[in-house]
Amino acid sequence: MARDSEEDPKAAKRQRKRKQKENKTRTVHANILYDHAKGEENPNRHYANNKIKTTKYTVLSFLPKNLFEQFHRFANVYFVFIALLNFVPVVNAFQPELALAPVVFILSVTAIKDLWEDYRRHRSDNEINHMDCLVYCRVERRYVEKFWKEVRVGDFIRLRCNEILPADVLLLSSSDPDRLCHIETATLDGETNLKQRQVVRSFLDLDCDFDPLKYNGIIECEKPNNDLNRFRGYIVHRSGRRDALYKENLLLRGCTIRNTEDAVGIIIYAGHETKAMLNNNGPRYKRSKLERQMNVDVFWCVIILLVMCLFTAVGHGLWMFQYGDKRPVFDVLSPEGTDLSPVMSAIYLFLTMIIVFQVLIPISLFVSIEIVKICQVFFIHQDLDLYDEETDSNLQCRALNITEDLGQMQYIFSDKTGTLTENKMVFRRCTVAGVEYSHDANAKRLAMYQEMDSEEEECPSRGGTLPRRDSVGSHQSAKVVLRSQSTKSHRRTGSRAEAKRASILSKHTAFSSPMEKDITPDPQLLDKVNECGSQMDFMRFHSQPMSQLPSDLADVLDFFVALTICNTVVVSSPNQPRQKQQLLQPGHQPLLHPRLLSVLSSPSAESTLTKLDEEQNLQQAFSPVPPQYDGRPLSAAEGELRYEAESPDEAALVYAARAYKCSLVRMRFELKSPVKTIEDFIKRFTPSRLTSGSNSSSSSSLVTNRSFTRGCSSVLSSPSAESTLTKLDEEQNLQQAFSPVPPQYDGRPLSAVEGELRYEAESPDEAALVYAARAYKCSLVGRLPDQVTVELPHLGKLSFELLHTLGFDSTRKRMSVVVRHPLTDQITVYTKGADSAIMELIRPPDTGNSKGKRHKKILSRTQHFLNLYAADGLRTLCIAKKVLSKEQYACWLQRHLEAETAIQGREELLFESALRLETNLQLLGATGIEDRLQDGVPETIASLRQAGLQIWVLTGDKQETAVNIAYACKLLDPEEEILTLNADSQEACAVLLEESLHYIQAKFLCSSSEHTTTKSYHSNVSPFGIYTPPPPPSSCPPAPPAVHQLGLVIDGRTLAYALDRSLEDKFLAVAQSCRSVLCCRSTPLQKSMVVKLVRNKLKVMTLAIGDGANDVSMIQVADVGVGISGQEGMQAVMASDFALPRFRYLQKLLLVHGHWCYSRLANMILYFFYKNAMFVALIFWYQFYCGFSGSSMIDQWYLIFFNLMFSAFPQLITGTLDKDVSAETLQQLPQLYTNGQNSEEYKPYMFWMNMIDAFYQSLVCFFIPYFAYADSDVDLFTWGTPITSLALFTILVHLGIETKTWTRMNWLCISFSVSLFFTVALCYNAYCPTCFSPSNPYWSMQRLLQDPLFYLLCVITPAAALLPRYFYRACQGTLFPSPVQVGRQLDKLPAETRRNILSLSGVKMGLPLGPKPHFLSLGKTSFKGCNKKQQQQQQQRRGLQTDSDKELPSADKDTLPYTKDAAPPASKDCLDQTLDASSWITSTPLLSPSDGVQFPPDGDSFCVKYSRGSEDRLKSDQSS
Amino acid sequence: MVKAEKEIANRPDNTAFTQQRLPAWQPMLSAGIVIPGFVLIGLAFIGIGVALFVTSRSIEVLEIDYTGEDKNSPCFKCSDQDVKNCVCNLEFSLDSLFEGPVFFYYGLSNYFQNYRKYAASRDDDQLSGDLDAFTSPSDSCSPFDLNGNDKPIVPCGAIANSMFNDTFVLYRVVNGVKKLVPLDGKGIAWWTDYNVKYRNPTVTPLKNAFNGTVKPISWPKPAYQLDTSDPANNGFINQDFLVWMRRAALPDFRKLYRRITEGEYEKGLPAGNYSLKIAYNYPVLSFHGTKKVVFSNVSWMGGKNEFLGIAYLVVGSLCVLMSIVMLIVYAKFKFPEDD
Repeated sequence: MARDSEEDPKAAKRQRKRKQKENKTRTVHANILYDHAKGEENPNRHYANNKIKTTKYTVLSFLPKNLFEQFHRFANVYFVFIALLNFVPVVNAFQPELALAPVVFILSVTAIKDLWEDYRRHRSDNEINHMDCLVYCRVERRYVEKFWKEVRVGDFIRLRCNEILPADVLLLSSSDPDRLCHIETATLDGETNLKQRQVVRSFLDLDCDFDPLKYNGIIECEKPNNDLNRFRGYIVHRSGRRDALYKENLLLRGCTIRNTEDAVGIIIYAGHETKAMLNNNGPRYKRSKLERQMNVDVFWCVIILLVMCLFTAVGHGLWMFQYGDKRPVFDVLSPEGTDLSPVMSAIYLFLTMIIVFQVLIPISLFVSIEIVKICQVFFIHQDLDLYDEETDSNLQCRALNITEDLGQMQYIFSDKTGTLTENKMVFRRCTVAGVEYSHDANAKRLAMYQEMDSEEEECPSRGGTLPRRDSVGSHQSAKVVLRSQSTKSHRRTGSRAEAKRASILSKHTAFSSPMEKDITPDPQLLDKVNECGSQMDFMRFHSQPMSQLPSDLADVLDFFVALTICNTVVVSSPNQPRQKQQLLQPGHQPLLHPRLLSVLSSPSAESTLTKLDEEQNLQQAFSPVPPQYDGRPLSAAEGELRYEAESPDEAALVYAARAYKCSLVRMRFELKSPVKTIEDFIKRFTPSRLTSGSNSSSSSSLVTNRSFTRGCSSVLSSPSAESTLTKLDEEQNLQQAFSPVPPQYDGRPLSAVEGELRYEAESPDEAALVYAARAYKCSLVGRLPDQVTVELPHLGKLSFELLHTLGFDSTRKRMSVVVRHPLTDQITVYTKGADSAIMELIRPPDTGNSKGKRHKKILSRTQHFLNLYAADGLRTLCIAKKVLSKEQYACWLQRHLEAETAIQGREELLFESALRLETNLQLLGATGIEDRLQDGVPETIASLRQAGLQIWVLTGDKQETAVNIAYACKLLDPEEEILTLNADSQEACAVLLEESLHYIQAKFLCSSSEHTTTKSYHSNVSPFGIYTPPPPPSSCPPAPPAVHQLGLVIDGRTLAYALDRSLEDKFLAVAQSCRSVLCCRSTPLQKSMVVKLVRNKLKVMTLAIGDGANDVSMIQVADVGVGISGQEGMQAVMASDFALPRFRYLQKLLLVHGHWCYSRLANMILYFFYKNAMFVALIFWYQFYCGFSGSSMIDQWYLIFFNLMFSAFPQLITGTLDKDVSAETLQQLPQLYTNGQNSEEYKPYMFWMNMIDAFYQSLVCFFIPYFAYADSDVDLFTWGTPITSLALFTILVHLGIETKTWTRMNWLCISFSVSLFFTVALCYNAYCPTCFSPSNPYWSMQRLLQDPLFYLLCVITPAAALLPRYFYRACQGTLFPSPVQVGRQLDKLPAETRRNILSLSGVKMGLPLGPKPHFLSLGKTSFKGCNKKQQQQQQQRRGLQTDSDKELPSADKDTLPYTKDAAPPASKDCLDQTLDASSWITSTPLLSPSDGVQFPPDGDSFCVKYSRGSEDRLKSDQSS
Repeated sequence: MVKAEKEIANRPDNTAFTQQRLPAWQPMLSAGIVIPGFVLIGLAFIGIGVALFVTSRSIEVLEIDYTGEDKNSPCFKCSDQDVKNCVCNLEFSLDSLFEGPVFFYYGLSNYFQNYRKYAASRDDDQLSGDLDAFTSPSDSCSPFDLNGNDKPIVPCGAIANSMFNDTFVLYRVVNGVKKLVPLDGKGIAWWTDYNVKYRNPTVTPLKNAFNGTVKPISWPKPAYQLDTSDPANNGFINQDFLVWMRRAALPDFRKLYRRITEGEYEKGLPAGNYSLKIAYNYPVLSFHGTKKVVFSNVSWMGGKNEFLGIAYLVVGSLCVLMSIVMLIVYAKFKFPEDD
């Protein structure tokens, strides 16, 4: 390629450019080959360099570019047009330069904001660009420091521990013995666990330092793209060999190197082409509902403006016309001296008036809204209540301009796992080989945590104004309790100090809380495990084949082995990074390495090692502990062990390693497989290596050879040897600061933090299972890419050779590992997955023999227990295994390897390969894992529901689990009936929906008198129920569907049918009348479809909240997307508008901040419209007195700056700080949220009311001075200036009436506004006697202030102007207060009284505060009339129904309204009848009571299952 | 410790401001506050209203229309535009003493001094004595900036051009003898206009400054001859000119012509017959305007204006009325609830 360019550089360039475009790959050469030919020849030169520039502008381009961008906003163009219009002499109204002022002001405010943001970006860019990294320099033959921005694609880069990656790097070498590199990707995806990255395969066997000079590969890979989880390519070596590259080889920019002291890589993507940068998209811009509404009214303002202009123009034409040909003396001819016809004059005037009245279009409104929203975001961000101490994170507002939407939500769509629940998985119970182990002690332990939680929660919620102190107190008391009951405290609920410590420890890695870790084993199962272990031991001792183990015991063992190894859990110890750094002290490494290498590379050493291998005592080779390390004499067993280390070289090596605290020297040898064919295959992917080096997180344990146990069984079987080993382990612990042994094992309690193995898992379920297994002494002590080490009771450490890991995917819903079992030497497949996925793959039991019978029994019993678990709300997983014969394995392996090396369609091939393997499994058992609810979830849901929000839960979990969680979090009420929709086909679904609709109608519509008087659930139980405004009578006939005491549960498959175009309306109708909807087993796509459907069809505001990648589409579709941060990565957060640390913060976010933001902004927008209209109307009235000539009595300066300066600040302060109701009351009375839902602060009619008020006020402000100065010698501006001042006063007092809370800021701001006006006016009027034509207001203000009339006007005019509004507000506040006003009244009460009232109101239905139900009853009478009509209609309908369908119950019994205390007795009867009569509605007592969930006595909960019946029906239909 | 601090780096400040807990006054519009408040405000307003009304009633105003539209009007003969230098006498009598100081206004109606183009048609620089503006008047004066021969008009613009030029002489008729009532023409314009804003060029004699300029088209004589008797009232600082140049706010306006403050009339105009000799020059009938003379005395709050007093009374009464309405409604619906 390079040579081509020599011949015809241009053509080659063109060609290459074209080629690059066409090519879907990128070719990366090593830069060092081209160092001498700077630039021109380097084939990498077309790739972006690593300098990042996220700024939008440069110094030169700022002005044009920024203006260009600003003119994309229509309003700006409009105002510039008006300003330019002013330069046309015929129509100009103001001094042209002055008319530019507002536009210039607005544009420059925005420009300054942009500039500042850009400058900040520039600074951070600069900082990043000037970070250091080590790049290989060919000239100096070493790595030299360079700035990040100087790094180029193709450079070799050396990375040290804790360094941040400057670009996307292909890992070529690592100091880690396993050629691994650990990275933390928190900045990229928020996941705090360490991820392993692997050296490119062809560099794996390099046994010395990577030498860039010897590198000769060419890398072909994908074009830069933003998919973090994909990287494909291959490296071509000079030899022509190709090696595939995976995402496991790529280190991404922004990640941090951990636990790896040294790594070398080549840069593949740099700068803006890195995946991190490609993923970096800025904040999102959405338009809020309020803003949409506002835009409509802005449009109306334009219409009003045009009407006013037109009116004036016509008036002017007529005025001109009346004079006819006789020109009055005060008429002025056009400059040319010609006469203008009235028509022309009117047309010119029309344009002039547009300029004069431009104030009506609120130019500063857009800027003001932006400012207010930024302030609101600031306050939301600053709220301490939304700050999660533990994760040190607070709420993030990613979308800056939809804060007010938070106050208008109607539907919440929530994910379950991780959103409602902690996503902290706790092992609860399991079944092995058909026997259930209930783990009662464990349940008790968990219950204790739960108590702690609830105890603690009560305290802060009582907090009042000092929540901090209260919570501290409660934390401390909680801690005492905790201490007394358990040696460890629960991380989530521990004291602050403890939380802090935990978070410090988990600074770099996420670890599980004690709750998840300390599993109390079930004694029965523990016995079995012990028995199994000792039997195994015994058998091994007697060299009996392992297959003779009783099958139940074998199953138990296999079960735990599967739990331990069938996962991707990585082992690490908490303080390893620190230790790492000690190790990294210069000098150690260079000294150690050469020596080791020299020893190991000598043939003699190798042969020795081989010998060692054969003698199967590798393990012992380094168990001896140097005496100085441990003062205790070594036991005989250890002596023996030492003796077995034959070669002095070996011993020397081990000791050397020890001396350098390199506690681990691991040696691996080629597999000696009995089957030749496999050996060939295996050789290819587990090449022999001999590595040495320091420990790493994954290899931080002793690793044994597969034959270790056999070899030293004699030693190990003796108790003394065992204890010795344990001791040895402990010493290892001391050295490595971790303990592979669970506390119970050696009887000594370990300190909570130190010396503990930590498991890092991609999913918390996995960690939970591994911890569970550890409780049974099957602990995972180490994981390497090709080896898993497990410590088993009585058997010690076993190394499972990991042949394959078939990772989890959502389609298969399972994962498998293929291992070589060290005890049986069989190739075994362990599979773990969702019960539905596994149960299908279980080998059908052969009922012929006893074994088959046993299997069948296990199968059925396990299924039974699975159902039980699910009913308990547990997540179920099945464990299965399969033993492969060598031949089978070889056969599978061949095709698997083909799949692995395929470049095209690799994923599909691997998937198929996995499917081929996971068949005919043997069921071992199942586990139940509890996903605990987050703190405060039930309370949050309850209060959100009280706030009138419909909550739908969309989850991927199975139905039973989901239903139970729904009960636990009070989403479903035990008292309500549940419609369960499960259908197999489109038709069945249609029938089900139809029947549900009928059912709902029959059951509830007949009793609609109930639902209209008490309208809906929340008004039923709410103490302020009677405040819910009755719908206006006109809307009575098509009343919105009432929400009943019904829950809807639908599964994914049925949902798919229901979302079909033909059924979606019915589905919505059913769902709408249900209080809560639960969609189970739904896919991410379905989630977003449901949200879209509800949003589009019902025209409601939707909020989606979720935490995982599967919620992203739903979050994006909803009006407001909320992500839960810090649980399952950052994808949801990245897509969201708001990111919360915990679900319960949603309550305050919506109820308080949402309410505030909405009411503040709504009021501000209305006020803005009012203010502008009022001001402009003054000039409009004047037109009647100046011949419609466009003359204005208000000085043009006042006119222009009135909006921008004099009246701008108070409304901003009010819009930012005003609180209509205090936060506490808003939270305690969620009903107040309906205020925003119904857009009660800003209804369309309010705009017009405000306009009318504005016109009225302007009339007053105009005509009071008009009459006061009538028949006087007042001059134009001496009369106009008081009008301006009066308007200002009126506007400010108006704002005062609308302001609910007066803080110092409000006072300050209003007085500032007034004084600003007078100061400016006085200065302006004193500045220049001859300037400011045409008004020339010299000394006007000064004279005015001496005029007593002015002061008299100042008192009377605002009073008269605001009297109606004030009277209206006073009447409203006194006589028929809105709920919000009642809330305010509550605020005024002393805290004690208020609390009493609120607590009372929670219990009592009546209204203790009792403001005048009479007024409401007035409203109700008209309403009842309407009801009657409806009732009649319904009676008719009912008649029809009873005629046609005798099954349906008589409806009269249902007319009684439900109350919370009296659970529906009538409806129960009603339903019972239904049940008796119909074959297709069945009542099943759904669930058994379980811990923590309060269930009603049987019979009070109903489950109306349509599924069975309808299917039967369909069948019978078909058969007939 | 350092680390611990770092750990809570994101923790928001717990201040009253950031937590939105600023101490605040929450005005509550409840009956208990509103009703007494309304009564108090209402009573205060009624009080002011009464005071204003009484003050206003004490002011006397005498208005006489002299447009001459009516055939019986003494100025009918002058209303024809073709008649030049017409003089008419307006007779009136006072029954009682017209208390002084008496202000003598002329009034025009249907005259749009606030017409947009008219109001802008002037050159402030010229009027402040800037000689450059004499030779090249501002564009704003157009089309009254240059005459047909492109000679600059001084003072330029429509306002100056249309200056009111009727003159009045007041006689007291005592026993058939007309006795001149001295009219004080000083200090009728704003002090700042006379002393700061309007300046004659510092050329003496004043006439020279006007060389090369022409008088406004409608004017009978150039600006430097407005008051030849008193140089301090001549040119641009002529008080009548200043008064005219201050544009009226509304189409029906009056402008101060003279004050009657001197000699025996210091206490006011005694009862008796008076004769007003009017030099009728200014045409108003073409635009359906009227002309009038007004005699008025003033109080601390200006001329006669009953409106403000009435307004106060009305608003005050409304407040009281509203409070009563609210009280009734409140009593009817609220009090039973409290029991």
